[in-house]
Amino acid sequence: MEFLSYLISGISLGSVYAIIALGYTMVYGIAKMLNFAHGDVIMVGGYISFCGMMYLGLNGWLALLLAMAVCTVLGIIVEGLAYRPLRQATSLAVLITAIGVSYLLQNTALLVWGATPKVYQPLIPLANADGQPNALRLFGGQLSISYMSLLTMAACIIIMVGLTMFTSNSKMGKAMRACSEDKDAARLMGINVNTTISVTFAIGSALAAVAGVLLCSFNPTLMPTTGSMPGIRAFTAAVFGGIGSIPGAFLGGLLIGVIEAMAKAYISTQLANSVVFAVLIVVLLVRPAGLLGKYVPEKV
Amino acid sequence: MAELLKVEDINVYYGAIHAIKGVSFHVDEGEIVTLIGANGAGKSTTLQTVSGLLRSKTGSIIFEGKSISGVPAHTLVSHGLAHVPEGRRIFLQMTVEENLEMGAFTQPNASTASSMEKVFAQFPRLEERRRQIAGTLSGGEQQMLAMGRALMSHPKLLMLDEPSMGLAPILVEQIFDIIRELHKAGTTILLVEQNAQMALSVADRAYVLETGKITLSGTGAELAQSDAVKKAYLGG
Ligand SMILES: Nc1ncnc2c1ncn2[C@@H]1O[C@H](COP(=O)(O)OP(=O)(O)OP(=O)(O)O)[C@@H](O)[C@H]1O
Ligand SMILES: [Mg+2]
Repeated sequence: MEFLSYLISGISLGSVYAIIALGYTMVYGIAKMLNFAHGDVIMVGGYISFCGMMYLGLNGWLALLLAMAVCTVLGIIVEGLAYRPLRQATSLAVLITAIGVSYLLQNTALLVWGATPKVYQPLIPLANADGQPNALRLFGGQLSISYMSLLTMAACIIIMVGLTMFTSNSKMGKAMRACSEDKDAARLMGINVNTTISVTFAIGSALAAVAGVLLCSFNPTLMPTTGSMPGIRAFTAAVFGGIGSIPGAFLGGLLIGVIEAMAKAYISTQLANSVVFAVLIVVLLVRPAGLLGKYVPEKV
Repeated sequence: MAELLKVEDINVYYGAIHAIKGVSFHVDEGEIVTLIGANGAGKSTTLQTVSGLLRSKTGSIIFEGKSISGVPAHTLVSHGLAHVPEGRRIFLQMTVEENLEMGAFTQPNASTASSMEKVFAQFPRLEERRRQIAGTLSGGEQQMLAMGRALMSHPKLLMLDEPSMGLAPILVEQIFDIIRELHKAGTTILLVEQNAQMALSVADRAYVLETGKITLSGTGAELAQSDAVKKAYLGG
């Protein structure tokens, strides 16, 4: 029973990583860049939803929508101002810029919201009015799964299915896949590559806002650095699953969440990160493209 | 006949490398014009400049009387210009059908199905394999897909960059038969080839490109008879 409850907490944490990893992997797949500022968009999403609830009196769901809208715009602006001028630049220059954007977002947050952690109101309160946990009880109360965890897992599955349908069925989604394979060929088809990249950033950033709200609902202290560590774990998850692959990000996110939860439970809290990265290294040694990363034969 | 494409005095650079040096040529409506030349002569660079993937420092490119130099590449398809690039460049991880849909990206969704039927009529092999991942097609099938994909936009001018590259002789024949058919159906074609013999046999007119300059031009038959061309490109 104990194991099951660790497993479930790992899966729900992993669902958040998966949602973040989807953003990393889509941007990597299409723009061929590692957007290291992606984690900080999560933090911005957290603060925006916090402000929505605190100062505008919105309920959690409307605050979530507000955060998604703001992050979408933020993602498009960052891409347009910081990354688009570097389209022909070396990947190192782009990487350094992304790190710069990350610091810019963190320090702006520090300036605007200060260093004191904010106490975040979870999307679904962890306990109800009588102090009973808001959770689904199974096996006569031996196993309890919080509604927040259930919501997170559901959100992750819905997002994953939605994105898969979008990229395999819609015209824009197919254009994204075309751009990810060959930008010049896509241009020759009449696809506006810049627009496609903007849309990708918009989607990734909206997902980061969702992740921010979910993350802060589990871990209700909100600081300018809130997004960094989950961002790095989710990046690990994306690489683990095979960067560029949507199901890979999903699988990688879940696995990293479960490995982290198990390592914390059975090894030690301090070593959890080391265990996560050790597993990553082993996987990459065995499968350099990640679990679901693929090689495609090219004919000449 | 009306001039469809007029390229005048273009100069294209790759950094310090001066790849195209003052090239001018034109393609009239309904013609097959071929650009032949050795490896590295600048044939692909010329086509990429016409389709907007590369920029010329000087000169002008006029399509249907309108200047298209400096216009973003992705807007040219809707002007009626399609480019089948060297090495086919199909989307290897997408299905045959999806590749064709991408070819119709700028077309209204409602017309995609009928355009696809037309392409399938031209290339029945593609229809049999419509749900196959393009990366698993044979080289010849990939070339058919690349051409079919370009035709999805109903181009007025079809630019083909070495469609015969890497194909067995029988497939080369097939590809050239298709070029003749497309031409008969009214498509104007600008053909880049290393296979000079085949290219000159279908072309109305031809240009010879040597290290970034046009050194000879004439009708296909004239150039096929020319001693210089015979020596350099036709093996005697
Ligand atoms: N991306 C590039 N960077 C630098 N130089 C290039 C680049 N692409 C082409 N070149 C150079 O420009 C010149 C013309 O190349 P281009 O590809 O147009 O030749 P081509 O006539 O198409 O040759 P081939 O028959 O081999 O395809 C060559 O000298 C080539 O080395
Ligand atoms: Mg070439």
